[in-house]
Amino acid sequence: MQSLSLNKRAAILSVVLLAVFLGAWEISVTRQVIGEALTEYEILMGLGQQRAAVPPPSDVFIKAWEQLSDPFYDAGPNDKGIGIQLAYSIYRVLSGFGLAVLVALPLGFLIGMSPVAYKALNPFIQVLRPISPLAWMPLALFIIQDANASAVFVIFICSIWPMLLNTAFGVAGVRADWVNVARTHELGSLRTALTVILPAAAPTILTGMRISIGIAWLVIVAAEMLVGGTGIGYYVWNEWNNLDLTSVIFSILMIGVVGMLLDAFFAALQRAVTYAE
Amino acid sequence: MKKNFLSIERLTQTFPDGAGGTLTVFENASFGIDKGEFVCILGHSGCGKSTIMNVLAGLSEPTSGVVKMDGVAVSGPSLDRGVVFQNYSLLPWLSALKNVTFGIKARYRNWSRDKVIEHATRYLAMVGLEGDVIHRKPSQLSGGMRQRVSIARAFANQPKLLLLDEPFGALDALTRGTIQEELLKVWSQTEQTVFMITHDIDEAILLADRILLMTNGPFARVAESVEITIPRPRVRTDIVTHPNYYAIRNHLVQFLGKRSKELAGQRSDGESQSPDPVRIDLTEPAPEPEPDLVRAQLKAVNS
Repeated sequence: MQSLSLNKRAAILSVVLLAVFLGAWEISVTRQVIGEALTEYEILMGLGQQRAAVPPPSDVFIKAWEQLSDPFYDAGPNDKGIGIQLAYSIYRVLSGFGLAVLVALPLGFLIGMSPVAYKALNPFIQVLRPISPLAWMPLALFIIQDANASAVFVIFICSIWPMLLNTAFGVAGVRADWVNVARTHELGSLRTALTVILPAAAPTILTGMRISIGIAWLVIVAAEMLVGGTGIGYYVWNEWNNLDLTSVIFSILMIGVVGMLLDAFFAALQRAVTYAE
Repeated sequence: MKKNFLSIERLTQTFPDGAGGTLTVFENASFGIDKGEFVCILGHSGCGKSTIMNVLAGLSEPTSGVVKMDGVAVSGPSLDRGVVFQNYSLLPWLSALKNVTFGIKARYRNWSRDKVIEHATRYLAMVGLEGDVIHRKPSQLSGGMRQRVSIARAFANQPKLLLLDEPFGALDALTRGTIQEELLKVWSQTEQTVFMITHDIDEAILLADRILLMTNGPFARVAESVEITIPRPRVRTDIVTHPNYYAIRNHLVQFLGKRSKELAGQRSDGESQSPDPVRIDLTEPAPEPEPDLVRAQLKAVNS
């Protein structure tokens, strides 16, 4: 037999694993034993009613088909399409992340290039960094007085640290030779920063951004469960309150898919700026 | 004393020795370089060659003393003093061509894009890099090619003074030979003033008009300035048969092997330390005793 390539064998194995998992899930939840005739007491106690169970994958597929064939419908505050909910979440993540970039990159350059700035700011960073982003939420809600902006702020505060530290680390680690090349060519500080230090540190900076966007996507779900209104986090919680587990499972899958796409985007950016020495 | 194009006057460099005192690398070192001259500096590791180089490049400040170029004291790095570093120092995210245009754009800010590229391509061709190769990234080039790019970048900027810090130190002997010849070719076309650090005696004789010899540190000094009395153009295979070749080589080997140690550690006592000029030319007097002499020197080299 012609041996298949590594990729093909891996793909076949993936499909088999998925089929086994879905099959086992389907069988375990649909095989509900119909009991013998119930006594009058049992009927009165409601024991005859079908117990709420985890929906089988087939139900989830049907739900996914329904939702994805019309992702942007809007039938009131509690009934919006999955596309709209995801768009709200992505919008919040990108706004918070974008603000974090605007702060983290210049500050990271400063910390990376100036040992004094590094020593002065390091204690603050070390204290602020381990704080769970959601712990900022009450303070943010009180000060900003706006649920949506507070969610953006929480994303901002959680995505700033990996970017800041990686930028500082990347900038500080730029080889002295390359800086000397800039110096012997009489480049000013700004030109040195843009034409030598930025490309030299770009792979490290992009690593920080990739970590940040991952964390931001984790945090937005929890943040939206708290602030409510719109977004994929709110959607999950709302469907839980509706006891619609099919939708909960479906939205969990969608969170995974979007997270993967965001990561893939930054991975591609990272590859584009990576250089071999 | 006549005015040199580049004059190093009473240069002193001390570093803290880590135990509260200071370590004097060299003291009151003075020497000059003429315009268009190719000068090599030879000395053992740690004698301060690279420190002198860094001061000339403006990358570090001497403890005291001045470097004057065209009679004007220089400070800080400048485009007038191009540097070729030992480890090439090419920017790895730029192609060979872009590395050269990077320098040209810094030097000639008002040149058009086409002119910059044309200029860069010409200098890359001078060191033997043509065609697709110039669009490769440094990681896709061999060590020899990288150093060629680095040399092209430095020459393309047409600095008044070109500083080469052991440019061939990391290359194998065959590649080194080829690039030395290319360097000679480019140098003869451009009439650059070149100051170069090397460890390689034969390389120094092939390339230089004058070789400065440094004693061992601490308190190193530029003790001698040996004129290379071998006419140009020089070809590696021909110069070894020139009567002066082994005489000069022998002198250099003797200095580096013995006298650099004997002369080490002498304080300057506030005197300016200029190198003693040395001129060895066996072609000037009657070349009668020459064969014996050459044989004797050959023996000395081999021993």
